[in-house]
Amino acid sequence: MSSDLIGTWLAATLTLAIFSFLYRDNPLYRAAEHVYVGISAGFAVIYAWAFDVYPMLVESFKVHLGAKNYFEAYILIIPALLGVAMLLRSIPKLTWISRWPISFTIGIGAGLGLIAAIQGYLLPQIFDTLRPLININNAIIYIGVITTLTYFYFSREHKGLTGTVARIGIIFIMVAFGASFGYTVMARVSLLIGRFYFLFHDWLPLIR
Amino acid sequence: MLYRTGPLILVFGTALLLIIAFFIPHKPFGDLEARFLNWYAIISGFTFLLGLDSLARHHLIKIVRREKGWFYSLLLVTSLFGTLFWGLYSWIRYASPFALNAPFMWLYKFMIIPLQATMFATLAFFIFSAAYRAFRVRNLAATLLLIAACMVMLGNVPIGSSIWAGISWLIHQIFPNTNLEILKRWELFAAAKDWLMAIPQAAAGRGIGIGLALGGIAMSLRIILGIERTYLSS
Repeated sequence: MSSDLIGTWLAATLTLAIFSFLYRDNPLYRAAEHVYVGISAGFAVIYAWAFDVYPMLVESFKVHLGAKNYFEAYILIIPALLGVAMLLRSIPKLTWISRWPISFTIGIGAGLGLIAAIQGYLLPQIFDTLRPLININNAIIYIGVITTLTYFYFSREHKGLTGTVARIGIIFIMVAFGASFGYTVMARVSLLIGRFYFLFHDWLPLIR
Repeated sequence: MLYRTGPLILVFGTALLLIIAFFIPHKPFGDLEARFLNWYAIISGFTFLLGLDSLARHHLIKIVRREKGWFYSLLLVTSLFGTLFWGLYSWIRYASPFALNAPFMWLYKFMIIPLQATMFATLAFFIFSAAYRAFRVRNLAATLLLIAACMVMLGNVPIGSSIWAGISWLIHQIFPNTNLEILKRWELFAAAKDWLMAIPQAAAGRGIGIGLALGGIAMSLRIILGIERTYLSS
């Protein structure tokens, strides 16, 4: 029996086990669910180390050391130490050390959050909203952006003019949510078709 | 110093260096952003190990104590360490765990992909159930949501064109003066979908995005200035 055949049967069993939840919660589903969590966690670790830690830390260290670029090589000790410090979170007495790598990553997030959010998102979005009012669509964009922002402005009670503007904002928000909902449904249905195609084409060759 | 002040200074210093690097893109600040992002990825790799330790510890305790559902925990731990074993084995034997003929890729193809795809496909049923409940509310908001969702779906799939062809024929039967070919070409659902996505959806998305960006900026400032310190609690 080839490994592909075993794999197909295994994949079909797991697929049916997950689908069995549509009837009700059952041991077969719970078993497949736990296998899914275990495999996904293992895969995430291997993925992160194969694509991030190993090439950026170990290989980079070797390359810089080989090129006698000692500064670039030894500066990698800093992220390595911060990474090890992060692991100390599991040891109750040394948990406080993990605050250092956490602070470093929070600092990166805050620094980039401030600059990247303004330059990369906020300003381009504002520039694109400021269009000449030469057609109805541009006017709708103005109204949509302002009313949506008003809806999310909670420092003032939604009464009177603010309330009216916020209610118009709901219309735009609902259209946006509806569109996102439509795309989500389509994505899920397309996955469902994919699974049925696997079951009735790859596993049981009923569809040609 | 080591417990609170040091980490606060580190946050301030790291963020400040990144801000300086943005305004002075020359040595020694020029490559700071890329370097810090690499370090961020390295530290993230270690946090995966932390998560692994937490998950394995939780389920191993359940197995040892024979708590309710310990057999499922055994399955989880076995699949977790099995994946790690095949990943490391493939890495050593085939130079990369992602080599196409490596056993790790077999796991990926025949276990991870089916499990993940089926898990998300199952959500299709629950999303329909949620939609039914939402649309039963019968107010303006729910109606708009329904119309937008239907237009997007019909505008994206071939059946939308077929339905519109049928409607065009019907219009042509009622008003014989109309040109059937022009009506068919109009593709109402696709046109409505394009307009919905380009104008009202974009406007609302932009409003939400600007709000999020302003919130993010405010939070970043609070963190940099040390007003927000919840990340220091352990």
